[in-house]
Amino acid sequence: MIKKILFWFVVIMVAVWFLTPVVMIVIAAFTPANEYYNPHKIFPSHLTFDHIYKLLFVLGGWKATLTSIEVALTAIALSFLIGLPAGYAMTRYFFPGKNILRIGILMTRSIPLIVIAVPLIVIYMQIGLADTVMGVALAHTAMILPFVVLITSSIFSGVSVEYEEAGMVFGLSRFQSFIRITLPLALPGLAASAIFSFIMSWNEVFVASILTLTNRTLPAHILNTAMTSPDYFKFAAGTIMAIPAMIFIFFTRRYLITMWGISLK
Amino acid sequence: MVYSKTVPWLLVMPTLIFLAVFIGYPLYSAFALAFSGDTSAFETFKELFHSAMFWRALKYTLLLAVVIIPIQLTLAIALALLVNSKFKGYTFLLYIISIPLALSDVTAGLMSYTIFAPMGYLNKVLLNFGWIEHPIYFFGFMYHTREFWVIVLTEIWRATPLVFVIILAGLQSINKEYLEAADIFGFTRAQKLFKIILPLLKPSIMSALLMRTLFAFQIFGVVWMLAGRDIPVLAGETYYQYVQLNNPKMASAYGVIIAVITLVISIVYNFTLRAKHLEGGR
Repeated sequence: MIKKILFWFVVIMVAVWFLTPVVMIVIAAFTPANEYYNPHKIFPSHLTFDHIYKLLFVLGGWKATLTSIEVALTAIALSFLIGLPAGYAMTRYFFPGKNILRIGILMTRSIPLIVIAVPLIVIYMQIGLADTVMGVALAHTAMILPFVVLITSSIFSGVSVEYEEAGMVFGLSRFQSFIRITLPLALPGLAASAIFSFIMSWNEVFVASILTLTNRTLPAHILNTAMTSPDYFKFAAGTIMAIPAMIFIFFTRRYLITMWGISLK
Repeated sequence: MVYSKTVPWLLVMPTLIFLAVFIGYPLYSAFALAFSGDTSAFETFKELFHSAMFWRALKYTLLLAVVIIPIQLTLAIALALLVNSKFKGYTFLLYIISIPLALSDVTAGLMSYTIFAPMGYLNKVLLNFGWIEHPIYFFGFMYHTREFWVIVLTEIWRATPLVFVIILAGLQSINKEYLEAADIFGFTRAQKLFKIILPLLKPSIMSALLMRTLFAFQIFGVVWMLAGRDIPVLAGETYYQYVQLNNPKMASAYGVIIAVITLVISIVYNFTLRAKHLEGGR
């Protein structure tokens, strides 16, 4: 009995430890300024949308949010367009140099983005990509692409080759059979990895803030303005960044362990 | 699987070209920039090694890694064992633990600030219980030891789930029969943990350690949000050199240092990992 109580106590403490900061920042983001600065009030007497509203529509947060979404969607589109065929080739074909290729792609993942950010902006300035949404999107594509290749290859290997071959027996070409049989079967996994890629881009701050000045993504915008803004704007910013990520993770929770397993290899 | 020499290479080609242009070439340029001096190639590095800030940044980056990683690993193993006991409602706990995985380092820094700010919840609670008269200050250069520990705590909160996920995957792949056999031989819980589970987890632990050590040298968002340059770190200096001082050469030199450390660590880990595998094979 005591053992059982102790066990559940530990479980609850773990949950509290991980949830508290998230809950606290959301409460803080909706606390009126005068109550936040009142040391005798822990919980607010009423909630306000003031800080979130001002952060979004007066301090440029909305524009930054849109930029973030644009960057993420472009990066996802590009990385799937480029990476999907490679992922397919890695799982359906046997070819000389395949192992070296796999190791090479894995290795690009361990190159810190921090290292390539500065030379990238120097290059961008020469070709007119500095401070553009496209520039950041391309850099994020480079970050996501190795992950997309590895994850799609693992997803495709989960779809039995026999379905595809059956299609080919009935007269489809390999490409047709891929589009009409394999792709629909792989769709849930692909959607989950697209969401995962979205979060990788949504959260990336270092490269985004080096590459842009006026077209900043949300985290880059916050990184550069948070230091000088009052506390409640910081909390509003944290809340705006946290909520989409948490919702997305909720929808992909079934795939979470597999995907982190692959992305962290 | 089909054997083909040309088709797969055609399918892979776009990826290779993209990675060469957007990772390969910038990586080369980073070295080119860092080693381009007016008088000698090592000009930038000479300046770097003579600056006190570099050594402080290196010191703090290492110090943070040395303090954080062992705690994270221990906690992650404990959490993974807890979740893997598959009690009723464990999937819910799994989701809660994975929340920080979805959050950026900047967000995690801000969340920690909610608690440790001068008017943050920790101070408010302590004030209301009458345990302190004035708020405790955790931030600002005067208090940089406290800043250091707040960063440690935040990183433990944020990144333990990363280690946890790898360890949990490792735990799940352990063959149940080993544990059943141990039960038959009357092993105690501790014996099972130290004689069976941990040795079998070694590969997962090693790869989690490698990943964490590599990320430790890229630590940026949390530190920059909470302490700015009071606690200098290598990635923070890269950022500062470029954004504030507009010095791409020095920024690249810092970047090159991070890249070289990363490379050395991967090689060392790979070497020890390989060796261990060979031992296991005998």
